[in-house]
Amino acid sequence: MTITLNGDRVEVAGPVTVAELLARLEIDARRVAVEHNLVVLKRTAFDGTEVKEGDEVEIVNFVGGG
Amino acid sequence: MDTFTIAGKTFTSRLVVGTGKYSSPAVMVKAHEASGAEMITVAVRRVNISDRTKESLLDYIDTSKYFLLPNTAGCYSADEAVRTARLGREAGLSNWVKLEVIGDERTLFPDNEELLKATHVLVKEGFVVLPYTNDDPVVCRKLEDAGAAAVMPLGAPIGSGLGIQNPNNISIIREFAHVPVIVDAGVGTASDASRAMELGADGVLMNTAIAGAQDPVAMAEAMKLAVRAGRLAYLAGRIPRKSYASASSPVDGLVGR
Repeated sequence: MTITLNGDRVEVAGPVTVAELLARLEIDARRVAVEHNLVVLKRTAFDGTEVKEGDEVEIVNFVGGG
Repeated sequence: MDTFTIAGKTFTSRLVVGTGKYSSPAVMVKAHEASGAEMITVAVRRVNISDRTKESLLDYIDTSKYFLLPNTAGCYSADEAVRTARLGREAGLSNWVKLEVIGDERTLFPDNEELLKATHVLVKEGFVVLPYTNDDPVVCRKLEDAGAAAVMPLGAPIGSGLGIQNPNNISIIREFAHVPVIVDAGVGTASDASRAMELGADGVLMNTAIAGAQDPVAMAEAMKLAVRAGRLAYLAGRIPRKSYASASSPVDGLVGR
């Protein structure tokens, strides 16, 4: 299926939960925040949130800033 | 102990520092230590999906020692800023945000209309909002009325190092405000930080002045001392300015008169 991940259209095998998606991308779930279709997810919702065809996912973390 | 409190959280250091523009994480860590700061700002950005080799900023920040203040830097609308603030809250698990809504690319001056809008929304959602704002007492009052936990007027444009461009406004903002006033942006060197504190600011926030200095660790220490010196001078109460001299030594008993 095709999803929009951080602004880029990418192919991923799915459906997939947010937690699984992070694991596949080798991203430490404790270090990021995730927005799914413009809704910011609580970390506890990563397991239960399914990403489907056409969905938009934003994965962000902290970087240096002032 | 001279402390200051924002939204019920008490700080002993009145210096808030950033995490951007450092030459290396090691230098940043040492600068943070030298600054004595307890609150540090971070930005919220997309994870680089294609290159996961990069280390995370949080690998270098002891969050048991420093309180993280996520910012909404680079946002140009209330909607963007609110979205970024919500993400920052989940990434950092705190409801504090340094709210930035920029209105102009060259000056990075705030868009007050959007800033106020975002402040209203985020306060309603339970955020502790610390807005980066113009050095405008009226805007600061509106932000306070909207529920901002502090107001953070700029001393000069972000990263400019020009120092406090409108000291009178900073004084007036301090006089009007019922929330802490943190001078955010524009500091170039230690005397600028002292000046901000002498004007009555409750704190100073800076990034480039430290990170961009030739020796960031030394500058961080200079800023720590400057903020402390400025605060002490403010509390001590300076002498009034006079046009003419007033002798410090006795005028009587001069030899030969």
